[in-house]
Amino acid sequence: MKATILVRPKEGILDPQGEAVQSSLRQLGFHVDEARVGRVIDLELGGGDAGSARAELERACEQLLANPLIESYEIAFAE
Amino acid sequence: MSDGARPTVAVIVFPGSNDDRDAALALERLGAEAALVWHAEPELPEVAGVVLPGGFSYGDYLRCGAIARFAPVMEAVRRFAAEGGLVLGICNGFQVLCEARLLPGALRPNVSLSFVCRDVRLRVERTDTLFTSRATAGEVLTIPVKHGEGCYFADEELLDELEANGQVLLRYEESPNGSIAAIAGVANESGNVFGLMPHPEHAVDPLLGSTDGTLVLGSFVDAAAERMFTAA
Repeated sequence: MKATILVRPKEGILDPQGEAVQSSLRQLGFHVDEARVGRVIDLELGGGDAGSARAELERACEQLLANPLIESYEIAFAE
Repeated sequence: MSDGARPTVAVIVFPGSNDDRDAALALERLGAEAALVWHAEPELPEVAGVVLPGGFSYGDYLRCGAIARFAPVMEAVRRFAAEGGLVLGICNGFQVLCEARLLPGALRPNVSLSFVCRDVRLRVERTDTLFTSRATAGEVLTIPVKHGEGCYFADEELLDELEANGQVLLRYEESPNGSIAAIAGVANESGNVFGLMPHPEHAVDPLLGSTDGTLVLGSFVDAAAERMFTAA
């Protein structure tokens, strides 16, 4: 089983990296109203069921992969 | 400081720390014995205070300070802090303390996205603390910063709490990084753990332009000496 975790700057939190990306895209002629930059973490989990893996990964996100004060996260499974 | 009482202070060395020796040198000049302690140590030696120095621990992977918090020695630092021990985090050390949740809030990339390396002016908000006792109320200190991720963040609720409890000890006169409420240094609620982005250890010799760093580090050494004396 594979899991992908998306970590994003929380809504309302200033994202200077996203702003820089947006302004660069604009310079290239792309019309973008907003850009936010986050992080992708791909995990290989071996066996098990998605239900218990989700609970486990939520703990992993809270404890390490995201900083809950400033970041939100989403967990998705493949296979 | 009491005569002849040289308190021993641990300076933690993580892989990627680079201000550990500067911190040790500054502490020794101010009357402490500095003991460099490798991150893999499970215990602290007998010390009256702990400094987490600046640098790029574990390459700043994931988030600054996020991996260093799991170093074996951090469990000992956590226990030391919980027992009321004096802990000072400078720059990356401040980031580690926030990630370890020994200090409130988080440090994010500078709003400018630029690494800033220059002297900044800092207003001392309180002098009745273990880390600012040598300063005078309202004094403005000149101490350098050098960081890419020093933008302090606290949500509204936390910020109100910090202000109400007087946990903000140092504030930038002009913020170099976009920190909320211009916060440069913040203490925990009980006042024994303090973190700041500026580098007091780089401002202890007139040759380098300012000695204002001695007011912060000297206060810390005084407090450490006091504790050693009380414990003895």
